[in-house]
Amino acid sequence: MSGISPLSFALLLEQLLNGLQLGVMLFLMAAGLTLIFGVMGVINLAHGSLYMIGAFACAAVAAATGSYWLGLGAALAAAAAAGALIEATILRRLYGRDHLEQVLATFALILIISEGTRWIFGGFPLFLDVPPLLQGAAPLPGGGAYPVYRLAIIGVGAAAALGLHLLISRTRLGMRIRAGESDREMIGALGVEIGRLYTLVFALGAALAGLAGGMIGALQSVQVGMGEPMLILAFVVIVIGGIGSIWGALVGAVLVGVVDTMGRFLLPKAFALAWPPSEASAMGAAVASLLIYLLMAVILALRPQGLFGAASR
Amino acid sequence: MKSLSSASPREAAANLAILALLILGPWAALSAGHPFYVTLATKAAILALAATGLHLALGLGGLVSFGHAAFFGLGGYAAGILAAHAGSGEALILGWAGSREILTMILAAMGLALLAALPIGAISLRTSGVYFLMITLAFAQMIYYFALSWPAYGGDDGLSFRRGIFPGLNSARPLPYFWICLGALLIGLALFQILRASRFGTALEATRQNPQRVEALGIEPFGLRLTAFALSAMMVGAAGALFANLNRFASPSMLSWQMSGELIVLILLGGRGRLLGPTAGAVLFVAMEHVLGGWTERWQFFLGLAVLGVAVFARGGLLGLIAGGRRDG
Repeated sequence: MSGISPLSFALLLEQLLNGLQLGVMLFLMAAGLTLIFGVMGVINLAHGSLYMIGAFACAAVAAATGSYWLGLGAALAAAAAAGALIEATILRRLYGRDHLEQVLATFALILIISEGTRWIFGGFPLFLDVPPLLQGAAPLPGGGAYPVYRLAIIGVGAAAALGLHLLISRTRLGMRIRAGESDREMIGALGVEIGRLYTLVFALGAALAGLAGGMIGALQSVQVGMGEPMLILAFVVIVIGGIGSIWGALVGAVLVGVVDTMGRFLLPKAFALAWPPSEASAMGAAVASLLIYLLMAVILALRPQGLFGAASR
Repeated sequence: MKSLSSASPREAAANLAILALLILGPWAALSAGHPFYVTLATKAAILALAATGLHLALGLGGLVSFGHAAFFGLGGYAAGILAAHAGSGEALILGWAGSREILTMILAAMGLALLAALPIGAISLRTSGVYFLMITLAFAQMIYYFALSWPAYGGDDGLSFRRGIFPGLNSARPLPYFWICLGALLIGLALFQILRASRFGTALEATRQNPQRVEALGIEPFGLRLTAFALSAMMVGAAGALFANLNRFASPSMLSWQMSGELIVLILLGGRGRLLGPTAGAVLFVAMEHVLGGWTERWQFFLGLAVLGVAVFARGGLLGLIAGGRRDG
């Protein structure tokens, strides 16, 4: 009843995979945020709204067509389109301005997109089924089993990280992104059409958020307000990893995902060694919810620029 | 950079109009038989106090904190916890069983905000810019989640309590409580003006404009900034105690990131760098919320559009539109 059972290897492995899966979601969010900040110097609070747009697009299209895969495609397309639209109509006016005005504008976008979504879809959450191809569980070493769908999410995250790495290090677009990160004015002067590059980078970041939103729909209900908790966790991730660093976003995301999940799993058990079960689970849960913020504070106290951030910015 | 202390005649006129609206409005509304508007004005005055508090850090110090809801909520919980203990008679610390006095609650709220602001500020001020914004946000979230999961004072249900008492005024009635909150706002505004005109304020504004030069003059920006952050947190904490007393409820939503965002919105809506900017923003925000809310269920959508319009087009906020020109201070 208390949920405090002896530790087994299979259970530990399952929780570790859960942490990794959360880490993948956070990476997809944080990669876009950090890319957009690195190239355009814009802080986008509405990134969580793009995640929500992906989730709603996936759930709505999957419900209408019966195909999860069409839904996932729609999630990518809708989030990328929304991102490009936001960049071209609003954020473009705010480059080079104070971060405060960017905060104000993107905060306003959250209000608009959240209420607009509620307007279109109503107040009830949407649900999405795991596609037939990915149903069921795969056996784990040690006797447990783990949902195939969650393993697939981890795989997609790994593929996205690799793809992003190749895109940035091997392609012409990636070269321009890196050039934009180091000197915005210079690459404009060299004849790169900077406006199009910015829209493209924003759409790319938005699509990654949309992909995360589309995938999460089969694990939790799709509702207005689902994006902001992810946004705040993604902030923690990029602060830990170092703003502007994709590699930092990956390491930070896995760190936050695993520490958060393992903390929630292990702390109540640890507290139960010294306190009665009911108090231990409440105290363990309270401390576990603070764990990643403590991790962030410790890392910042030691390295203010984050694990992989440039020394000065 | 414009001088900060001299308000243009048009701004001075706008300031007078805002104060007159805030002071005479509720009185007129009550005479006309609409006590609801008194509560609305009380809310505006409290939010104005909170935004003025944040303005100390954000406007004078250039410290864009996205986590001041932490201090607002801690202030609210300080009031609620004192009232809860006074109600039950259960000792809080060292045999003291809380208090029902609003003034004591405000002091406790300021003390708690200070206790939280010192470590949060000391860690966050090691960074600047966007890092600072995200870290303050993360600390506020930490306190938010702690309040949600800590069952002793209501957890995610929040904490209901009876409104505190005030010497010489029947604070349970809307108009006297409004006078208390308005008085607090006026004290807050006076403190803001005194601090801004002081040597401390001058040095603080200098750290915003050019930290290297300040350091070259032998002044350490860190201490100035931490002091500003702590003073700012204390004023926001006091506002939180008044807000919880207004609603007779300390709610975890006072600690939420939306609250932090709202406080920033109030400052920019009214006009950053102006004494009454946050107050103008709070009055405008509460009025818009009420008018749009009465007009459509989707008021947040239109509120968002209005705020977006201010961000993109009206960079000096309401007072900037009236007085002309934008202020960096």
